[in-house]
Amino acid sequence: MTDMSLTPPPSRKRRSNWQLLMANRLAAAGLFIFGLIVLIAVLAPLLPLPDPNITDQPNRLLPPLSERHLLGTDHLGRDIVSRLIWGTQISLIVGVSATALAALFGSLIGLVAGYARGATDSILMRFVDMLMAFPYILLAIAIVAALGPGLLNALYAISIVNIPFFARNIRGVTVSIRNREFVDAARLSGKSHAAILFTEVLPNVLPVIVITMSTTVGWMILETAGLSFLGLGAQPPTADLGSMLGQARAQLFTAPHASIIPGVMIFVLVMSINLLGDGIRDVLDPRLRSGALDRPMPVTRIDRRTTPPAKLTDAPALVVDGLSTGFDTGDSITPAVRDISFRLGKGECLGLIGESGSGKSVTALSLMGLVASPPGVITDGAVYIGGEDVLSLREQQLIGLRGARVAYVFQDPLTTLHPLFPVAEQIAEAVLAHNRVGKRAAMARAIALMNTVGIRDAESRAKAYPHELSGGQRQRIGIAMALANDPDIIIADEPTTALDVTVQARILELLQDLRRERGLALLLITHDFGVVAQVCDRVAVMKNGEIVEQGDTGTVLRAPQHDYTKRLIACVPELGEGHGFLDRVRPLFEEART
Amino acid sequence: MTAYIGKRLLAAIPVILGLSIIVFLVMKLIPGDPAQALLGSYATPDNVERINRALGLDRSWPEQYVIWIGNLLHGDFGRSYILNRPVLDEVLERFGATLILAGASLLICSVLGILAGIASAVRQFGWTDRIVTFFVLIGISMPAFFLGLVFILFFAVQWRLLPASGMYAVYGGGDLLDLLRHLILPAGTLAIVATGVVARLTRAAMLEVLRQDFIRTARAKGLSENVVIYRHAFRAALVSVIPVLGIQAGFVLGGAVYIETVFQWPGLGQMLVKAVSTRDLLLVQGGVLVAATVYVLVNLLADVAQAMLDPRLKA
Repeated sequence: MTDMSLTPPPSRKRRSNWQLLMANRLAAAGLFIFGLIVLIAVLAPLLPLPDPNITDQPNRLLPPLSERHLLGTDHLGRDIVSRLIWGTQISLIVGVSATALAALFGSLIGLVAGYARGATDSILMRFVDMLMAFPYILLAIAIVAALGPGLLNALYAISIVNIPFFARNIRGVTVSIRNREFVDAARLSGKSHAAILFTEVLPNVLPVIVITMSTTVGWMILETAGLSFLGLGAQPPTADLGSMLGQARAQLFTAPHASIIPGVMIFVLVMSINLLGDGIRDVLDPRLRSGALDRPMPVTRIDRRTTPPAKLTDAPALVVDGLSTGFDTGDSITPAVRDISFRLGKGECLGLIGESGSGKSVTALSLMGLVASPPGVITDGAVYIGGEDVLSLREQQLIGLRGARVAYVFQDPLTTLHPLFPVAEQIAEAVLAHNRVGKRAAMARAIALMNTVGIRDAESRAKAYPHELSGGQRQRIGIAMALANDPDIIIADEPTTALDVTVQARILELLQDLRRERGLALLLITHDFGVVAQVCDRVAVMKNGEIVEQGDTGTVLRAPQHDYTKRLIACVPELGEGHGFLDRVRPLFEEART
Repeated sequence: MTAYIGKRLLAAIPVILGLSIIVFLVMKLIPGDPAQALLGSYATPDNVERINRALGLDRSWPEQYVIWIGNLLHGDFGRSYILNRPVLDEVLERFGATLILAGASLLICSVLGILAGIASAVRQFGWTDRIVTFFVLIGISMPAFFLGLVFILFFAVQWRLLPASGMYAVYGGGDLLDLLRHLILPAGTLAIVATGVVARLTRAAMLEVLRQDFIRTARAKGLSENVVIYRHAFRAALVSVIPVLGIQAGFVLGGAVYIETVFQWPGLGQMLVKAVSTRDLLLVQGGVLVAATVYVLVNLLADVAQAMLDPRLKA
């Protein structure tokens, strides 16, 4: 029995991985060069090469392109082409063997430690940690010092030094596998631990071993060559690339080619392996493929099909007209929200309600160009703040409006506040972004704002970091930050979702009070009709990226027109309803599930 | 903070003890009679017995280890038979030169690597990114000893700009300026090779952070893109870059072995290579142990710096 998620993907998928790898020109070049080097090294005995060890004193240190010696000769008159090819063969064999040895013992330690856990695990891993506590090459030198210089001893030394990388990686994967169902099943069927380890766990760990090998083999070739260069590896007459370079060094000034040729060879060999390894990693890492690691731009890309008028006369605080936003998937744009239109006046509260994935947050973030881009694109529509279309503004002007005219309060304040800055500093930063005041004045304002939003001991909490505050306090900080520049509009994206019910009520109360006192226009995004009923004057219902119904809260609640609205309203449980609630709600969503 | 530093210092003690155990075990790998190996051509039966008794080699391994550690704590690392002086004196003298070389390289590779990593993350997929990625690849594929030779060929032989060897001019000199002139090539070589990893991981850390919710908050506040990147994103990315710098400290300490050999830099690495070929094992033992201990302490420093940057780690 094997685990589906870790077995090699079916052949069609594998071909696509191969195609992806080949589409990466650098990786393809790496594979080609590495393949060529390996081929020549393997064919060395068949090639018409002079004996690499035949010395020829009269013809010593001939320059490249000499007669009969394409790359010249070294200090003993030996043919460099021949020595290079045989040396490459030795470097490859030693590097690959060292990798295989390190992989064997490292994986064994990792498998046993990860599978056994407990004391075995701690002792083995402490030992591995100790090995890692040495500066990389120095431990290898100590081992060679004890065993004596020589190619084989250098190979052992490099293997030992690299065991920790394998042990750590393999242990990590083993730990995650050992409690899976198929391992439990094998255990219950009476298999011995050793059998489980090698027939159940090992096959699933193998891909990780292979990946670790491909990323370390370049290193190991470099390090064995290094030991040989120092005279601690290959001993004459045996020569690998490192010892060729080390011996030729004495003639560096008179015959630089004898040093440069093996040096370039090491470099090209290791580089080709690294190019290939990077390519493989890029193909296998799903995050790189999905673009999840692309750098988001300061403003969402705006690429509108139509050009709406840049100004609107007699407009309320916020008018959204025909807004559409999508995600660029590379070959097409997948729409996320379509043709969103609504208005919001001064002192008014509009609730934007819908289930998760209905496009509420994308709508909210689109208003100020905050949808992460790539992949986000605003494809159509306009957003009028005070009658001016912000999507027509230049980037700097739009950034100037953020936090000043339109401020946001986000859902989870633990992830949305910067973890490394004290909270008052983060509020003061918002003040400083839009006002020419001193740092001290900004801090004073920050503390005043903290008082406004009801944080007790604001003075002393000012220096606290977000993780030192409770969820409710953190959200109050988020609100204080939004209020910093007396905005006209606050967009609150599920501001209470991450909070306890009692804290929820208090935060909503705070937002209500602020709205009344300051005449704020409040766009409240929520999935909870209870919240809408409590706070909002009007409500817009979203489903699948579109607004399906909007109107006064009272009207919509009393006489919902759209079927989906009815179902959402039914989802607000009443106190004391008990099991009846689920029975009442379930049939409403039968259609949605099929 | 003091409590945190104290805690980290305490945690470093078992690590350093572990290092000593491994060095001790490595020395037990010596094939044949260790006293014979230590003495080499001086191994008369009389000498061998004397050494065995002096070093306590006739006792059990644990006993030997405890005696050895006790001596180390008294500053007695043994005597180098080749140099005929106490190991610790020689190691400390050499280590100063290595610290200058490794320290300068670490400084250069940290600054260059972080700047290149940020530039390449900010202009992801642009030309800056491609150029940085190209140099990163060269850096991680280039043997330091070969790059050093190439630099000597060009800067010292061809253009006669910088000295190719040594720490000070043989005649006169000896001042700071002279030291710097001699330092540029070796430290530069080592730094170039070490920069690649720093740049690559800084780039990855920046891209990771730029996706976080708190960056969106910073943007929603109306902060300029420069403040978002260099204050908010960089500060958070630095927390994961600092341990990388700690690891690079080990890389430059190890890489110094090659660089010191190529540039005749009178440091610990050069001493170790000579000691291995003369089978001066006590010198190797002492040198490796001191370098590894310093590496542990540098990583401890990195931990402390990380905790100072990230208050969540102090708990």
